[in-house]
Amino acid sequence: MLRFPGGGLMLQKDFKRLAMILLFAPFALWIVLLVVLPHIGMIRLSLREKVAPRVYEFGFANYLDFVNEPIYWNTLLRTGSMSLLVTALALLIGFPIAYYIAKLASNRTRGALFLICLIPLWVSDLIRAFGWILLLRETGVVSSFLQWSGIVDQPVEFLYNDVTVIVGLVYTVMLFMIVPLVSTLDGMDNSMIEAGYNLGGNGFTVLRRIIIPYAMPGIVSGCIVVFMLTAGSYLTPILLGGKNSSWFTEQIYNQFITRFNWEAGAAFGILLLLFTSTVIWLGLKLSGQTLANTVAKS
Amino acid sequence: MLAQNRSTPFLWGYRLYVAAFFVFLAAPLVAAGAFAFNDSLFPALPWQGFTLDWFFNDTEPKLGMFHDRRLLRGLYYSFVIAVMVSSLSVFVGTTNAFLFVRGQFPAKNFFYIVMVIPLVIPGVILGISILVLASDTANYLEDGFNLELEFLRPGIFLVVLGQFSFITTITSLVITARLKKFDETMEEAALNLGASRARVMRTITLPFLRPAMIAAGIVAFLVSFENFNTTLFLVGSEAPLTITMYDRMAKVGSTPVLNAVSFFLMVGSGLLALLSILVQRDKSSR
Repeated sequence: MLRFPGGGLMLQKDFKRLAMILLFAPFALWIVLLVVLPHIGMIRLSLREKVAPRVYEFGFANYLDFVNEPIYWNTLLRTGSMSLLVTALALLIGFPIAYYIAKLASNRTRGALFLICLIPLWVSDLIRAFGWILLLRETGVVSSFLQWSGIVDQPVEFLYNDVTVIVGLVYTVMLFMIVPLVSTLDGMDNSMIEAGYNLGGNGFTVLRRIIIPYAMPGIVSGCIVVFMLTAGSYLTPILLGGKNSSWFTEQIYNQFITRFNWEAGAAFGILLLLFTSTVIWLGLKLSGQTLANTVAKS
Repeated sequence: MLAQNRSTPFLWGYRLYVAAFFVFLAAPLVAAGAFAFNDSLFPALPWQGFTLDWFFNDTEPKLGMFHDRRLLRGLYYSFVIAVMVSSLSVFVGTTNAFLFVRGQFPAKNFFYIVMVIPLVIPGVILGISILVLASDTANYLEDGFNLELEFLRPGIFLVVLGQFSFITTITSLVITARLKKFDETMEEAALNLGASRARVMRTITLPFLRPAMIAAGIVAFLVSFENFNTTLFLVGSEAPLTITMYDRMAKVGSTPVLNAVSFFLMVGSGLLALLSILVQRDKSSR
């Protein structure tokens, strides 16, 4: 390089450092101002007790309320167990579809099928739930069809029960399961499967010993996103389950917007966050994966 | 391959399952879209004949979506919010990509995981936490300094911040993946030929990233447009379309005008999603 040996290098080093700081600034502003500080603010708010109008004290009253009121923790447990069920169903239903798209479909249909999978991904939750309402309500398409075909003789209400909520949720999150599965299975060499057969394995052994271990990062990534989306969903349980769907996000909404009790709402928010993070952390530990090689990759 | 070693009935059963799955996938979308064209006051069977009234009619009771002031205003606010969120998040996503692909700094892996975290925080929590911080700050400034900062109260600004907080993770991941494939010798060659750093950036690196930036921008636009959970807590008087539609669905009861909006949004986002795929494919084949 035709530069002054000492000065040029110094300048370049300073320039690099300046560039690093400039690159780091947007990242730091984003994370600190929009993620870290808001959560600290929420924790602080959740630890405030109202002792008199506009007088507050530090204390755990909001969390004690949660423990002492069975409706609250029942709702959280219900939300958690139903979310786990939805995650398991989405994996069971989605895996064969992802495998078909990645491995069995011919090149041309593969692209088309994947595209069809992606398009509903960009249709809002609201429209998808609205579609289910039109199909399943008392005056809906399914009920009309059943009456027309003579299977039933009066309108049937399919909305406002747990099965419908679960179907709606599985539908809403299904694509977030299929997309990471297809991308991991796509990277798998077909000869690995053939080798499994040549060594005498049957279909089930090949699936269990070769395909599933290979697809593990995709499975875990899909499950994490699906679980998180389900536990944090608001629209689908409310619209398909009705006013008494007992979903935990609904409790948070009630505390914040209806009762204007922000302290309790913040405490519920922290509890939901702790709960989902614990489940995700357990899932990562049990499957031996990390956040960086699962969610970050898809 | 797995199923080729099986008997044909198995393969046919498998295909049937896949077909049934796609019917399941399409059913609610078809229902939401099709009733937009039904000449009836309710989005339900029986079919009363084809009409475009729910798009273009200008009188009650069949007020079409393009004459419905509140829906149009919602559409406008959604558009403004989505444009702001996607340009901001593509900008920060690009700087993040350079930071994590080119940068050398301590605890890089830790910060990379921090970057992914907003995607696994439930949207409702992001919404309320930002609402709490903004209100605390606004109250503090009002009590202490008598400053009335309207933009820290629920409204478009907070909605943009709330959506930006997790959409940036998506754009960062998309643009980072593209930048990783970049061959740095191309930059070195241009530098050796006497180009300035700014010029190399403008003529070589950014054009290489452009498809990923456009695709990330489209994804950000769509995710912002359809977002409900985060927006719900931060919305002020300027309600975006999803909130307006939800209010109408929950309070007024649905008329086929909601189907018309659904149809319009499905076609719009379908086209945009197609565009983002074409942009990426076009560049990688060259």
